[in-house]
Amino acid sequence: MSRTARLPALPRREFLKAGGALLVGFQLQPAFGTSPARKTPERGSVAGPPDPKQIDTWLAIHADNTATLYIGFVELGQGSTTALLQVAAEELDLDMEQIRTATVDTNVTPNQGGTYSSAAIQRGRPQVALAAAEARGALLERAAQRLGSSVEQLQVNKGRVSVLGHERPSVSYGELVGEKPFGLAFSGTAKLKSIDRYRLVGKPIARRDMAAKVTARHSYIQHLRLPRMLHGRVVRPRGQAAYGAGAKILSLEESSIAHIAGARVLRRGDFLGVVAPREWDAVRAAQQLKVSWEQPPKLPGSDSLHEAMQADKSQEQVALERGNLASGFTGAARSVVAKCYGPYQAHVPFAPNCALADVRDDAALVICSSQDVYNARRSLAGLLNLPLEKVRVQYGEGAGTFGHSCYDDAAQAAALLSQLAQAPVRLQFMRWDEHGWDTYGPAHVGEVRAAATADGRLCAYEYHGWQHGWSLVDTSAQLSGVAAAEWPPSPVQGVNPLAAGGMYDIPNIKLVNHRLPGLNYLRGAWLRSPLDLSFCFASEQVIDQLARDLRMDPYQFRRINIKDERWRGVLDAVASGAGWATRTSAPRMNDAGVVRGRGIGLGTHLVSYGAAVADVEVNVRSGVVRITHLYGAIDAGAVVNPGNVESQITGQLVQTASRLLKEEVTFDEARVTSLDWASYPILRFEECPDITPIVVQRLDQRSTGAGEETMAAAAGAIANAFFDATGVRMTRYPLTPSRVLAALAERGR
Amino acid sequence: MTTKLNIKVNEHVSAVSAAPDTPLLYVLADELALKGPRFGCGLAQCGSCSVLVDGVETRACVTPVASVQGKSVTTLEGLPAWYARQHKLPQAPAMHPLQQALIDEQALQCGYCYNGMIIKGAELLARNAAPSDAQIRQAMNGHLCRCGTYPRILRAISRAAAVIAGERT
Ligand code: FES
Ligand code: FES
Repeated sequence: MSRTARLPALPRREFLKAGGALLVGFQLQPAFGTSPARKTPERGSVAGPPDPKQIDTWLAIHADNTATLYIGFVELGQGSTTALLQVAAEELDLDMEQIRTATVDTNVTPNQGGTYSSAAIQRGRPQVALAAAEARGALLERAAQRLGSSVEQLQVNKGRVSVLGHERPSVSYGELVGEKPFGLAFSGTAKLKSIDRYRLVGKPIARRDMAAKVTARHSYIQHLRLPRMLHGRVVRPRGQAAYGAGAKILSLEESSIAHIAGARVLRRGDFLGVVAPREWDAVRAAQQLKVSWEQPPKLPGSDSLHEAMQADKSQEQVALERGNLASGFTGAARSVVAKCYGPYQAHVPFAPNCALADVRDDAALVICSSQDVYNARRSLAGLLNLPLEKVRVQYGEGAGTFGHSCYDDAAQAAALLSQLAQAPVRLQFMRWDEHGWDTYGPAHVGEVRAAATADGRLCAYEYHGWQHGWSLVDTSAQLSGVAAAEWPPSPVQGVNPLAAGGMYDIPNIKLVNHRLPGLNYLRGAWLRSPLDLSFCFASEQVIDQLARDLRMDPYQFRRINIKDERWRGVLDAVASGAGWATRTSAPRMNDAGVVRGRGIGLGTHLVSYGAAVADVEVNVRSGVVRITHLYGAIDAGAVVNPGNVESQITGQLVQTASRLLKEEVTFDEARVTSLDWASYPILRFEECPDITPIVVQRLDQRSTGAGEETMAAAAGAIANAFFDATGVRMTRYPLTPSRVLAALAERGR
Repeated sequence: MTTKLNIKVNEHVSAVSAAPDTPLLYVLADELALKGPRFGCGLAQCGSCSVLVDGVETRACVTPVASVQGKSVTTLEGLPAWYARQHKLPQAPAMHPLQQALIDEQALQCGYCYNGMIIKGAELLARNAAPSDAQIRQAMNGHLCRCGTYPRILRAISRAAAVIAGERT
């Protein structure tokens, strides 16, 4: 068989305008002409990933002197696309208006791994900068020939090359390359621009997508339509049971929706859905279909969750051990112990996930909001029983996802429904599907013991964390017959040193994971700053209490226990931004029963450095906690776009306030019961604190993530501010009025 | 049962065919292919689907299409023209001042909730030309943003109020 004959027939995507709606059309067609002579296939016509060792994979120069940057990271509303364009335009000496990105697509864009852990800038910036610099080098060599000069003698302005000091003669990138490929290997050895010559990196360049988004010209994935498609909805119990239990169909009356014209019931195993030509008919059919489910009552219920977690069998694993804990505690003047409890919390994007699929006998196109399209392709190929290269996955932007929400589940559901219906399907989850079947941020029990010497030096620290890991198999796949399974243990599923003591200089430290059997609990996955809010809620309160016991200012106490210059820098930045001053008198209650307090916290996710200060008001009569102001500082190395990072910090702090005050997944023994915004409330306008974002710019350092790195610190700061106001340590969040009143009553306040 | 209905959307009367109990949202999104009002919860809890019905912010996800017959529906697409009519401007601007203010504040993250934010904010500014911070928060309290962009929306509404006041003088 010749090489070309084996190339898959794959869908090509085209946009059709029809009555203002965006139609996404595609047809199955041979990858390219049958002529074996043609060496370079048209971009997008063959299954990816494209070869990362080729410059053409990363960059294309167009005849009109503009460029397209191909990046494998998706835009999640964090503005990282703008930042990566800044990086490329900087090296290429292009203006921002001259460069754009392409849709993330397994046929088109390179595989850079998922858009996780604030990775877009951290992993993306070096790759993009090197590719752009290397492309610039190649362009300048061609220009030197054209202009009869040497590369060293050339200057570039907006993609137009001329001899130094002269505007003319000149030649543009577009004229040098046109639409033609570079055909160059990507060595990764180009010299990058020096910091003093930056025009774009480090500047708060405005995002360019906003005008289209505020005027309803932008298409979210929810707006895409496929020709001749059906509308699909899944049919599931309202609220998941234990992960391992899934949900079993006991009986199904298909005739119960016979009155809805065109509605069809589709099923594979216990995966159940409906499709209909009209969306409202699909919605009604999903609600009216008579089906009874078996969901064995195997959950502990959210009220007894933490007791059950501690009583359960767990796998013990030491995450970090340094020095000698016993001798560290022996030499201490003060020690503090605390046990704290964190709830399950949900991603719940503002728009429930949506996906479109056209599955044919020999190929499939799936458009979804996966943070990792290559990983989604792998799971879809298995589920559809198609070879990997026959499945094309494209990214469609939805609402902010904050980690692994139900996007892969939605992609699978759309694909299964399309395969079963033998028609293109648009699948939209309902609110209760997203709330009830999320892969939640796991609940946590943390036990901390820490000690300090009389002169305020931390000398021993121990953290034990109980939690389960992440679920590997998404709901649609599981219901259709794939057995539930967990991710193998990995550091990010357990205690994070940078949110549990590791920011400080502690000679004797031990961090221990107690991994619970995840199949007995709710589905789990990474939720923005995974588990860190729980770690810092426990750990930073203990550090704070040590300072108080030693009659030291909590900021100064932290400061003298930090050697690392960048940790100290970010702490100083937030303290000065908030105007931190050592408190000289106890807080006083006003006539309305309100006391005020201020707290500080330190911690981050895996990279970067985060610090926060919180101001809170506690109404001791109603138990209502109001966070009035949050200050968050981040040191993420070289910040490409400080405007974006300030916006990110704002979102992080508001979300942390929401998670500390309001958010908790509830469930009984059978299933999850928090199924919408009423039963799973989040922070609202009237409760929103003032926010002060602080960016510590370090252009000489490598860029690290900035999408989640102040949240842990803010969780600690809020808990400490509550104590500062009330003299009471909360051991469980969210700080709901009833929980606050109970805690105050217990301490006789 | 599907029937033919005439509804007035953005000053244009359209004949649509839908079951009378169909929520207005699905008619706007699927039949008229509008991208402003969009699904968020279907339960009147979030504000994602908001439109103006005779100038009053209304949740299209729980409003039967039949109930807006004889009324005037304005979506985000028609908001600049609605603003021009309110203020007797000779022609519709490219954007309502609040839309521009949100860009100036670089307020958006994912931006999905902004349909509702802009519709509600525009309704507020039409009623109260100079709302206080507390009044803005109260008016907007039924609109959720999962990305946590509330602080910048608050600033943008105040900024838009100032711009509108400046245009008047
Ligand atoms: S979609 Fe209508 S209020 Fe949420
Ligand atoms: S900007 Fe994403 S929900 Fe508001």
